[in-house]
Amino acid sequence: MITLSHYLLISAALFSLGIMGVLTRKNAVNVLMGIELILNSANINLVAFSRYSSNGIDGQMFAIIVIVVAASEVAVALAMVLTMYRLLRTVNLDQADTLKPTCKVCATSIPN
Amino acid sequence: MQSLRYFYPELTLIVAMLLVVIADISFKRLRSVLNPLLTIVSLLLAAYFTAYINHSQEANLFLGMLALDSFAQFFKLFLLLAAFLVVLGSLQSEELSQVHQGEFFALLLAVTLGMLLMANSINLAILYLSLELVSLTSYIMVGYLKGDRLSNEASLKYILFGAISTGSMLYGFSLIYGMTGSLNLYTIRDAFLSQGVQGFDQFTTLLALVLALAGFGFKTALVPFHFWCPDVYAGAPTPVTAFLSVAPKAAGFGILVRFFFSGMTQTTGSEWGLVNGINWPLVLIGISVLTMTLGNVAALTQNNLKRMLAYSSIAQAGYILMGSVVLTGEGLKSMLIYLFVYLFMNLGAFLVVTIIYNSDKSFEIGDYNGMFKRSPFLAFAMGVFMLSLTGIPPFAGFLGKLYVFLAVIEKGLIWFAVVGTLNAALAAFYYMRVIKAMVLEEGNGNVAPLQVSFLNQALLVALLIPNLLLVFFWNPIDRWTASSARLFGGL
Repeated sequence: MITLSHYLLISAALFSLGIMGVLTRKNAVNVLMGIELILNSANINLVAFSRYSSNGIDGQMFAIIVIVVAASEVAVALAMVLTMYRLLRTVNLDQADTLKPTCKVCATSIPN
Repeated sequence: MQSLRYFYPELTLIVAMLLVVIADISFKRLRSVLNPLLTIVSLLLAAYFTAYINHSQEANLFLGMLALDSFAQFFKLFLLLAAFLVVLGSLQSEELSQVHQGEFFALLLAVTLGMLLMANSINLAILYLSLELVSLTSYIMVGYLKGDRLSNEASLKYILFGAISTGSMLYGFSLIYGMTGSLNLYTIRDAFLSQGVQGFDQFTTLLALVLALAGFGFKTALVPFHFWCPDVYAGAPTPVTAFLSVAPKAAGFGILVRFFFSGMTQTTGSEWGLVNGINWPLVLIGISVLTMTLGNVAALTQNNLKRMLAYSSIAQAGYILMGSVVLTGEGLKSMLIYLFVYLFMNLGAFLVVTIIYNSDKSFEIGDYNGMFKRSPFLAFAMGVFMLSLTGIPPFAGFLGKLYVFLAVIEKGLIWFAVVGTLNAALAAFYYMRVIKAMVLEEGNGNVAPLQVSFLNQALLVALLIPNLLLVFFWNPIDRWTASSARLFGGL
């Protein structure tokens, strides 16, 4: 018998995996996949809560909104990743460090 | 359908957004004039509708999705004013003039629409939707300079941070929905009230609140969620930075107050009591202290003026948050006053940065040396904005700090006010550094007078007047914000 707790456990696991993926991955596309996991864990929560309680379908409606927003968010993010690839020829986030405050001493002492 | 009558400001913006896109593709020759004109007219029209609609009756629109109260009215007028000033300030920006500007105005209208919805949403679904509308469009605005590495990198960092924070917020919302069975903030409060502490696990409640706070903290750049702020502010086109530092921040504070005050408190006389023993003010006090201190300390070492202003805006968010944790009407009022004066001083500082970048192509404070000789007016204006941001008495910034500290002291949190004052003293150091560079330092040989166009001069004067004179007109502002803070039957 599958109960509400099963769904909550799965969503908690997905959420943790998503956060872990975001924190550990260097590839921008992998980070985006981690973000998708986070959003979908929330979706599972919403739908499960809505299914197992008698409070109408607010949660399921919210989940659909989230799916739509997530799609558009990924569209914008992928566009930015593509632009980054065009400019830097890489999607490795470690290389996106142009904005770090430049230290004048280091810049002169280390030739690059 | 009854609700549509109260939805005119938002409808105006939607129509104008579409018109700008259409005008952009159909009038090739006129579009450089038509687009800004349409944007400005629609913003003014929306402001007119907002001021005209009676907000004092406290009604709900669209089956309890949006609130219609004077708190929302304050934020709507504030956000429209900010957008209006930013449109004027962006007209002559060299950074934006290199790229096609049509979509810029459409995006700006979309952000403004999202912020208006943010300011009056009382349903978690609409709250999330409007927050994402603001976020998504501002990601694009930050990355607007397509071929520019800095702009692209800023946008990428912004979008990754933003998506994670709003994702966590969403998870928190889903837990709150599970605990209370509702998405409406008022119903959530009733559920918390009726079931008492034993109905809910304290830990889960706190976890949900902290996760939800991630989203608000990201929008307002509070400390554990501030990492995007300096990089994004430094990489984005300056008018966009000016916009981001004021408008979405204010809207973020709007929903933060709405979420915590209408969802987690009950009115007891003139004060608000905590629902269910969830001590969220304590969490916010900690965040506020951290935000101020970290923002000010980090700003001390910055040489890039945009980065410095980014850290300064983080610190300012800490002061603004002070007003929201004391759980009194006075506190809420002080927060609104602070936001109001912050609009003028911060937009002014960024306008000066925009103007100087137009001719010098630099954001380094070192390159501001000798600016007083090249353009006394510009140096004077920047001096006023900096002193106002510091909170020196004759300028408007003092008014904001005075109200915030007073509200905190009245509540008995003396140490909190002391921390704030010490921080203000610390902040004086880096604000003065800019004035020192402009007035006292010798220039680097470049003595050509800096030309400021008529439009920018007029705009600077328009921003200077509130900074200089607001202190003498505190009474109407006091009354206006007090009536706006009278929400949810409190005060």
